[in-house]
Amino acid sequence: MTAQAPAQTDGGIRLNGLIKTFRGPHGPIHAVRGIDVSIAAGETAALLGPNGAGKSTTIDMMLGLSKPDGGTVTVFGRPPREAVDAGLIGAMLQSGALIRDVSVRELVTMMASLYPDPMDVDEALEVTGLKAMASQRTQKLSGGETQRARFALAIVSNPELLVLDEPTVAMDVEGRREFWSIMRAFAARGRTVLFATHYLEEADANADRAILMAHGRVVADGPTTEIKARVGRRTLRATLEDVDPSTLACLPGVASAERHGDAVILSCTDSDQAIRALLERYPAARDIEITGGSLEEAFLELTGEPDDEVSELVAP
Amino acid sequence: MSGLAYTRFELVRTFRNRRFYIFSIGIPILLYWVIAAPQHNKIITGTAFTYGIYYMVSLASFGTMMSMLSTGARIAGERQVGWTRQLRISPLSVRAYFRAKILTAYAMALLSLCLLYISGAILGASLPAERWLEMTGLIVIALVPLAALGILVGHLITTDSAGPAMGGLVTFLALLGGTYFPITGGVLHTIGQLLPSWWLVQAGHIALHGRGWPVRGWITVLAWTAILATGAGWAYRRDTTKV
Ligand SMILES: Nc1ncnc2c1ncn2[C@@H]1O[C@H](COP(=O)(O)OP(=O)(O)O)[C@@H](O)[C@H]1O
Ligand SMILES: [Mg+2]
Repeated sequence: MTAQAPAQTDGGIRLNGLIKTFRGPHGPIHAVRGIDVSIAAGETAALLGPNGAGKSTTIDMMLGLSKPDGGTVTVFGRPPREAVDAGLIGAMLQSGALIRDVSVRELVTMMASLYPDPMDVDEALEVTGLKAMASQRTQKLSGGETQRARFALAIVSNPELLVLDEPTVAMDVEGRREFWSIMRAFAARGRTVLFATHYLEEADANADRAILMAHGRVVADGPTTEIKARVGRRTLRATLEDVDPSTLACLPGVASAERHGDAVILSCTDSDQAIRALLERYPAARDIEITGGSLEEAFLELTGEPDDEVSELVAP
Repeated sequence: MSGLAYTRFELVRTFRNRRFYIFSIGIPILLYWVIAAPQHNKIITGTAFTYGIYYMVSLASFGTMMSMLSTGARIAGERQVGWTRQLRISPLSVRAYFRAKILTAYAMALLSLCLLYISGAILGASLPAERWLEMTGLIVIALVPLAALGILVGHLITTDSAGPAMGGLVTFLALLGGTYFPITGGVLHTIGQLLPSWWLVQAGHIALHGRGWPVRGWITVLAWTAILATGAGWAYRRDTTKV
């Protein structure tokens, strides 16, 4: 496998001028309006955007589940269906449950049998933490366990490209943490991973690169650190007299500060750190308010700008 | 290699589901015992047949048809949970998928048929061996278009509409096919003969009259197979590809 891997994954993933329009009851819905992205083999990329941005539509086209109205997709140099048939792709779709009347192990074993070079079933059950419930019937699993079983189905194929569409939705905090650590371990084997999320934190913590989508377009694309700096700011307002804004701007997690009368307004890259530091050093600070930081707001700003500026934001 | 593993998987899964035993196998057998047992040796007026054999033959067509169409309800359920799309992004070929569905439906139909034959034998229905064989062979052939119909319907309906859709379809096909009572003339006769279920019922009647299908029967079954198989392929693709 490792010997043939380079040739098999030549070309990475390329989306060129991808367009998808649905017919809606009130006219056409432009779900994807021309996307150009290429992802190199071995990269871990997050497709980040609010609900309705077009992430799932883009993923469906990458997987050959949906035909583009314009543009092309290639996965490792092949059309998606060929890559699927060659067993190169494992995916966890956004919506879906499991079929009933089979045990977790039977389900994962069956899926593994469809692929040319699958992972060991025990290993897949082990890493996804399903070992203890391997003989359970699928209909008896909890929401979080179901998601893990769906994840096991995606990785047991031992794919070159792993696609995850909002995989952590039904999971609790602990479940999410485990999930992402498994994903990162898998990515560390040199595999290509693309996941969709609407949480900036998830993208930041688990991907090298974030591709921001809004209204069917890519509005920014770059290393997660850069993206975070661009959209992840929150505004912290407090009443605090007699402190110079330039001193406040040096607090950890604060990017810039200004004063309006008795109030100070801090623009934060990390509002948690900023508020701790602020209260520790200036216990007199009060009427504290933290706003913004939601991806939706950041996207509204990004996409609310005139078209020429939006296109300027699109990374080369 | 992979295709057969999927077929086995489908079989295991299907035969674990109690609901499908009840509908596809339980109901025909139960009906048979309720109708035929109390009077199994009595001759039905105006015919030369006992209740025991006449209803064994009638319910054979009904039961096997139910088995074939129950595929549709199963597929609708799988689509609802997104399993069909999950399979579509695996290397499982469309052919292997259809093969699994068809073989599972046949396994169920044959089980239903066996149980009816055994019940019939218990109730004294006796036939020359070659009649049993010929009847069974033609039933198996007549079920081909109905297997395709099950898949086609499964990819068109939703789980909510599965009950009424299946019930309606079975009733329509069974009624006009002549399962419930013989249709001997008139418009219904003409329409009935155009349906695949008519020839399924006729296949059963070999046991009674010893007559196989005329050419027209073979053509009808063949034509429906072509139409419904094409339809099933189309419905599957439509279902797994948002155009
Ligand atoms: N099958 C469909 N028919 C009609 N509209 C659709 C369909 N799928 C998605 N859409 C619309 O396309 C837009 C993008 O949806 P989607 O790709 O699911 O977004 P995301 O995954 O980013 O939340 C939304 O406005 C959604 O309502
Ligand atoms: Mg989505």
